[in-house]
Amino acid sequence: MSSTLDVPPRERSHGEAPGGASRAASRARRRRSGRLAPYLFLAPWFAGLLFITAGPIAASAYLSFTDYSLIGAPEWIGLDNFQRMFDDPRFYQSLKVTFIYVVVSVPVQLAFALFLAMILDRGLRGLALYRSVYYLPSLIGGSVAIAILWRQIFGSDGLLNQVLRFVGFENPPGWVSDPDYALGTLIILNVWTFGAPMVIFLAGLRQIPTMYYEAASLDGAGKVRQFVQVTLPLLSPIIFFNLVLQTINAFQTFTQAFIVSGGTGGPADSTLFYTLYLYQRGFGNFDMGYASALAWFLLLIVGGLTAINFIAAKYWVFYGD
Amino acid sequence: MATDLTVAPPVAATEKLPDRKKKQRPRWLAHIVLILGALLMLYPLLWMLSSSFKFTEDIFSQTGLIPERVTTENYPDGWTALPRDFGHYIWNSLVIVVGSIIGNLLACSAAAYAFARLDFRFKKFWFAVMLGTMMLPIHVVIVPQYILFAELDWINTYWPLIVPKLLATDGFFIFLMVQFIRGIPLELDEAARIDGCGHFAIFWRIVIPLSVPALATTAIFTFIWTWNDFFSQLIFLTDPEMYTVPVALRTFVDATSQTPWGPVFAMSIVALAPVFGFFLAGQRYLVRGIATTGLK
Repeated sequence: MSSTLDVPPRERSHGEAPGGASRAASRARRRRSGRLAPYLFLAPWFAGLLFITAGPIAASAYLSFTDYSLIGAPEWIGLDNFQRMFDDPRFYQSLKVTFIYVVVSVPVQLAFALFLAMILDRGLRGLALYRSVYYLPSLIGGSVAIAILWRQIFGSDGLLNQVLRFVGFENPPGWVSDPDYALGTLIILNVWTFGAPMVIFLAGLRQIPTMYYEAASLDGAGKVRQFVQVTLPLLSPIIFFNLVLQTINAFQTFTQAFIVSGGTGGPADSTLFYTLYLYQRGFGNFDMGYASALAWFLLLIVGGLTAINFIAAKYWVFYGD
Repeated sequence: MATDLTVAPPVAATEKLPDRKKKQRPRWLAHIVLILGALLMLYPLLWMLSSSFKFTEDIFSQTGLIPERVTTENYPDGWTALPRDFGHYIWNSLVIVVGSIIGNLLACSAAAYAFARLDFRFKKFWFAVMLGTMMLPIHVVIVPQYILFAELDWINTYWPLIVPKLLATDGFFIFLMVQFIRGIPLELDEAARIDGCGHFAIFWRIVIPLSVPALATTAIFTFIWTWNDFFSQLIFLTDPEMYTVPVALRTFVDATSQTPWGPVFAMSIVALAPVFGFFLAGQRYLVRGIATTGLK
C-alpha cells in the first residue's frame, strides 16, 4: 500500500510542463465527453422510458377517456369508461377475486417461507440441496406447463381425486370446475411458490448476529420469546420487502387463471382475475378505451397498496440500531 | 417511495457464515420435516414426468410414480400433434430468448454503469423513476404498447418482444447491476482513467469483465422469464406460425375436445427441461440474484 503512495502523482506535478496546453485541451475534451457520457449510456433506457414504459402510461391515461377499437381514431367520451366500470358487475367480480387471492395467498405463502427458512437456518447438512428443491417451484410456478399440470391434478378425475377416492371419499368435488374451489386451487399454486421469499428470508436470518440470541437466552428467554423479540423485529425489513414484492406479483397473476379456466375466468367467473378481465376487454373485444381505464385503475390499486404498505411499515418495521 | 426498497435487501453473499452453535432439538426431526415437505412439493412434478411415459388412459388411474406400462410414444406424438412440429415453436422461443438476453446484457449494464459511476443532472430522480418502473405491472402499458407496435406493423414479429429489452426496460437487472458495480473498487476506474481510458473504455474493459457474476444472473433470469413468459407472447403473437412454446402448449388444452394428457405432459416436460437445466447450471448466481433484488 505505502509503496504505491510513494510514486509521485505524475500528471499533477508535470501539469505546467511543455505540452501542458495540449494536455489541458484533451482534459477539456474529456470533461465535455464526460458531460455527455451519462446520457449516451442511458440513451437506450431513456428511449425505453419514452416508448415502452412512461410514455405508454401517459397514452393509456388519454385512451381511458376515449372509445377506441384500433380502427379509426380514438373518440373522446370523457368519463364514460369509468362510469361503465362502476356499473359493471364483472369489474367488481374481478376485483373481488383478485383481492381474495392476494389477501389469502400472500400471507400464507410468506408464513411457509419464514417457517422453512427458520428450519433451514439451523445449519443443517444439505442446506443447499433443500434450498434448491424448495426454490424450484418459484421458477416454474407461473409457466403454462405447470398451469396445465394443475388443471389435471385438480380436475374432476385428476390426481387429487384419485387419491381421495382411494382413501374413501365417495364424491370429491371437481375442484377446478367448481366455483367454490377453483380459486382455491390457484391460491395453492401461489403458496407452492414460497421458495423465492424463503431464500430471501434465509439470507436475512443469517445476518442476525448470534450474540442477540445468546443475550436473550442468558436473560432466560425461551425459543418462542426469542422468535418474537429478536427474530421478528430484526427480520422485519425483510418481511416487509417480501410482502411488498409478493403483493405486487400476486396482483399480476394471469397465466395460471387463463390456463386453468381456458381463458374464460370461469367457472361462473370464480377465477376472473383483474388482469384476465382486462385481457378479455382489450384483446377479446378490442375495447381499448375500457381496457385502458381498467389498466389505470390497476395502477392506482397497486400504487395505493404499496403506499399503504410503506406507511404501515413505519409502525412495525424496525430499521436497526 | 420506491427508493426505500434499496434499504430493504441488505443481504447478499452470506453463504459462508459459520454455523451457529445454538441449543437445538435433534436434527433428525428437522430433516424428516424437510424431506417430507420436499417430497410433497416435488410430487406433482415427478408425477408429471412419470405420466409422460404412461398411456393416456393410465394417467387417470395411476397415482404412483412408477408407470405400470411404459411408453415413449407420447414424445413423438406430442411433438407432431400441432400444425407445426414442436421444434418450430422452440425455435421461435429461442430467437426471442436470445434477443432478450443480448438486449438486457447490453442495455441494462450500460444504464447501470451510468447510475453507479457517472454524475448527471437529476440522477436521484431518474434512479427513483427506474425503481418505480420495476413495480409497474405490464398490464398497465400493454394496450398503448400494442397500439404502437400495431402502427409499426410489428404484431406477429419477434420485435415487440425483443426491442423493449434492447431499451433496458427490465429495471430489476439495472438495479441488480448497479448494486454490483457499486461494489467494484473505485480505484480501478481511477487507475484506468490515469492510463488514459475514457468512460467507454472503463465500462468495457474494467466494469464489464468484473461484473460477470451479475451478468450471468441477468442472463439466466432473462432466459427463464422470457422462456416462461406467456402474457405478452399471447398478445403479440397471434399467428400460429409465430407461436412460442408456452403459446403452443396452451393450444393443447384450449380446444373443446378431449385433452391428450400423455402427449401434453410430454411436451410440458420438454418446455420445462431448459429451465431445469439453467437452474442446475446457474444455482449460485440465481440464489445471489434473488437475495439482492428479490427476483422470482
